[in-house]
Amino acid sequence: MAFAAFATAEAQPQAPKKKSRIALFLLLPGIAYLVLFFLAPLISLVLTSLQAPREFGDIGQFDYAFNWQNYVTVIQQYLPHIARSFGYALAATVLALLFSYPLAYFIGVKARRWPLLQSLMLVLVIAPFFISFLLRTLAWKQILSDESIIISSLKALSLMAPDAHFTGTPFAVIFGLTYNFIPFMTLPLYTTLERLDTRYLEAGSDLYANPFTVFRKITVPLSMPGIVAGTLLTFIPAAGDYVNASRDFLGGPDTQMMGNVIEANFLVLLNYPAAAALSIILMAAILVLVGIYVKRSGTEDLL
Amino acid sequence: MSIAVREFAERGADLELVGIQKRFPGFTAIEELDLVIPAGSFFALLGPSGCGKTTTLRLVAGLEEPTRGRILIGGKDVTDTKSHERPVNTVFQSYALFPHMTIIENVAFGLKRRRMADPLGKAHEALKLVELDHVAQRKPQQLSGGQQQRVALARAIVNRPALLLLDEPLGALDLKLRRQMQLELKTIQEEVGLTFLHVTHDQEEAMTMADTVAVMNKGAIEQMGAPEELYELPRTSFVANFLGQSNLFTGEVVGTTGTAITVAAAGGRIVVPTSRAQRHQGEVTVGVRPEKVALHVDEPAASSDRNVLGPGRIVDVSFSGVSTQYLVEVAGAGTVVVFAQNMGFGPVADVGTDVWLSWAVDHGFGLEDEPSEVGRFPSDDSTRSIAVQRREALVSELEEH
Ligand SMILES: Nc1ncnc2c1ncn2[C@@H]1O[C@H](COP(=O)(O)OP(=O)(O)O)[C@@H](O)[C@H]1O
Ligand SMILES: [Mg+2]
Repeated sequence: MAFAAFATAEAQPQAPKKKSRIALFLLLPGIAYLVLFFLAPLISLVLTSLQAPREFGDIGQFDYAFNWQNYVTVIQQYLPHIARSFGYALAATVLALLFSYPLAYFIGVKARRWPLLQSLMLVLVIAPFFISFLLRTLAWKQILSDESIIISSLKALSLMAPDAHFTGTPFAVIFGLTYNFIPFMTLPLYTTLERLDTRYLEAGSDLYANPFTVFRKITVPLSMPGIVAGTLLTFIPAAGDYVNASRDFLGGPDTQMMGNVIEANFLVLLNYPAAAALSIILMAAILVLVGIYVKRSGTEDLL
Repeated sequence: MSIAVREFAERGADLELVGIQKRFPGFTAIEELDLVIPAGSFFALLGPSGCGKTTTLRLVAGLEEPTRGRILIGGKDVTDTKSHERPVNTVFQSYALFPHMTIIENVAFGLKRRRMADPLGKAHEALKLVELDHVAQRKPQQLSGGQQQRVALARAIVNRPALLLLDEPLGALDLKLRRQMQLELKTIQEEVGLTFLHVTHDQEEAMTMADTVAVMNKGAIEQMGAPEELYELPRTSFVANFLGQSNLFTGEVVGTTGTAITVAAAGGRIVVPTSRAQRHQGEVTVGVRPEKVALHVDEPAASSDRNVLGPGRIVDVSFSGVSTQYLVEVAGAGTVVVFAQNMGFGPVADVGTDVWLSWAVDHGFGLEDEPSEVGRFPSDDSTRSIAVQRREALVSELEEH
C-alpha cells in the first residue's frame, strides 16, 4: 500500500501550450521555400494534368480546361506500367532490406569492438556515391551484357539458354534498382542498429527466447525506425525511377516503369497532360501506400 | 529446449561453481572461484563495486563464458548450455525492460516463450505481488526507476526459475521501500523455496536477507558463512572492515597456551582464543568489534578472561540515540572505536576523560592477514585498497568532529 502512494506521485510532463511568434518567424524562410519550389510546381502540375488538346492545334499544344478524363485514359493505357513500377520497387526494397540488414547489423553491432573496421566498412558502403550512378548502371549493363564474361560463361556451362539475355529482363531492372538503393537502406539501418542496446538481447535470452525469437521479438522491433526510414528511402525513389528500367541501361521494351512513360510523354510524345496526370497518380499512390505502411508498422512513437 | 525449462521449478536447484576463471582482454575479472549454493537457500554475494559480482551472475546466467571452470545447476553441467536453455532468470542491475513492450508484455515474455498456460493472468498476479498491476498497460519509460526495478523483479519471479539471480535489485529504491521489498523478497523465496543468488554491495541488506553471505574481493571469495558467523569471526582484515567496523591491532605472538595466544600489541597484551585466531605465531593482527568493547572510568581489576587497554583519552563522542560512539586515543594502539548502548541517559563520559577499555577474551578474533597500507596513489581497481580507503576516510571523518 506504500507502493500505491509511490506510484501516484509521478507527474506527466505537460507540453507548453503557448505558441511563440518567434517560432513562426523563424519558420518563414522554410515556408517561403516550400511555397516557391513545392506548392507552385505542384499546382502547375495539377493544372497541366487537366488540360485539353487545342482544337485544330499542333501536337503538343494544349489549353487549360477541366479534362479529368485524362486520368481515366492514362490509367487505362498505362496500368501495366503502374503495376510494374510498384512491383519492381517493392521487390527491390525487399531485396535491399534482406541484403542490408545483415550488413548493417554486422557494422553496427558486431563490429562495435573494432571501430576501425566499422569506419572502413561504412566507407565501403558509401564509396559508390563517389561515382555517378549513371556510370555505375552503365557499367552493370556491360558486365551483364550478352557478350560479357559472366553471361557467356553461364551459357557455356548451360546454366543459361544460348539465346537468353539478362539485360532487358525484369530481373536486370530489379537487380539495378536494388544495387543502386542499397546504401540508402543500409545507412538508416546502421544508425539505429548502432544504438541498439545489447542488454535487451541478453534479457531476452535470459527469458528463454532462442536467438531467432530474440531477433524477431526484440532486435527487429527496436530497429523499426531504421527499417521504416530505409524502406521509404528505397521504395519512394525506386517507384519513380526511370534510369534502371530504361532501354539505354538495364531495361527493355517490356520493363518500362512509370518514370519511363512519363519521360516518353513529356519529351517524345509531347503529351504534357498525360505525363502530368501520371506524375500525380504516382505521387498520390506513394503517399497512400507510405501512409498505410507507417501507420501499420506502428513506429509513430519510435520515430 | 530441455524439459526442465518448460515447466515451473518445483523447488530451487543448487548451484555449483568449480574453479571458475574469467578473463577479459587485458583484465582478469575472476581469478579463481569455487562456490556451492545449496538448493532453496538465500545466498548473498557481497563486495565492493568492481569486484566481479555482476560478472559472476552473467557467467551463471550464460551471458558470459568462463575462461576456465565448470558451472553446475541442480547437479547438471550447464557450462556449454545456451542462456535461453538454463533454468535461471536474472533481475538485471540496469533492469533491461524491453522499451517497445508494455509492462504486462514484459512480464509475460518469459512465460510466452515457454508456452505456459495463461501467461497474462500469471503476469498480472506477479505485478500484483509488486503492487504495480495498475501500470500494466504502460511502457517502461513512463515508470520511475523504483517502479521499473520492481517490474524487473516481477518479470523474473513470474517464471519461477529454479535459480533466481538478483543483481543489486533494490539499489534504486528509497530506504523504506527497500526494507519492504527485502521482506517481500525473503517471503517469496521462503514460500516458493527457490534458490536466490543475491548480489549487493550493501552489507546490511546482505546480512538481513541471506542465509549465507559470501564476501567477494578482487574476483575471489574472501570468506563465506552465516551472517552472524561472518560478523563475529571475520577471517581477513577486508571482511573485518567491509562487514561492519573493527578495531584491529598488530603485534608479535609472545605466548601460547593450549587455548589462547597472547599478542604484544597496543601497548599491552591482548589474549585471543586459539580457536578464534587464524594464525598462532609470528606477527598477527587481532581485533574486536566496537560494540564488544566496554568503557571504564576507573582502571578495571586485571582478569584472565578480559583484555584491558588503557589508559586512553576520549577524543570524540557522538550520540546517535540507541547508542553512543566514542573514539578513544590509546597510546600505542591508535584510535579505538567503542559503541556503547545508552542504558542510562546520554553519554557516560565526556571528551577529554581518561578511560580504560576492556572486552571479553572470547570476543576477540585473530586475522589471517594484516591490514594493508594505502599507497600514496591508491589504485582504485584494488578492492582491498578501496576498503582501506573507506576505513581511513571514516576514521578521519570521525576525528574531525
Ligand atoms: N566486458 C568486459 N570487458 C573488460 N572488462 C570488464 C568487462 N566486464 C566487466 N569488466 C571488468 O571486470 C570487473 C568486474 O566487473 P563487475 O562484475 O561488473 O563488477 P561488480 O558487479 O562487482 O561491480 C570490473 O573491473 C570491470 O571493469
Ligand atoms: Mg555490478
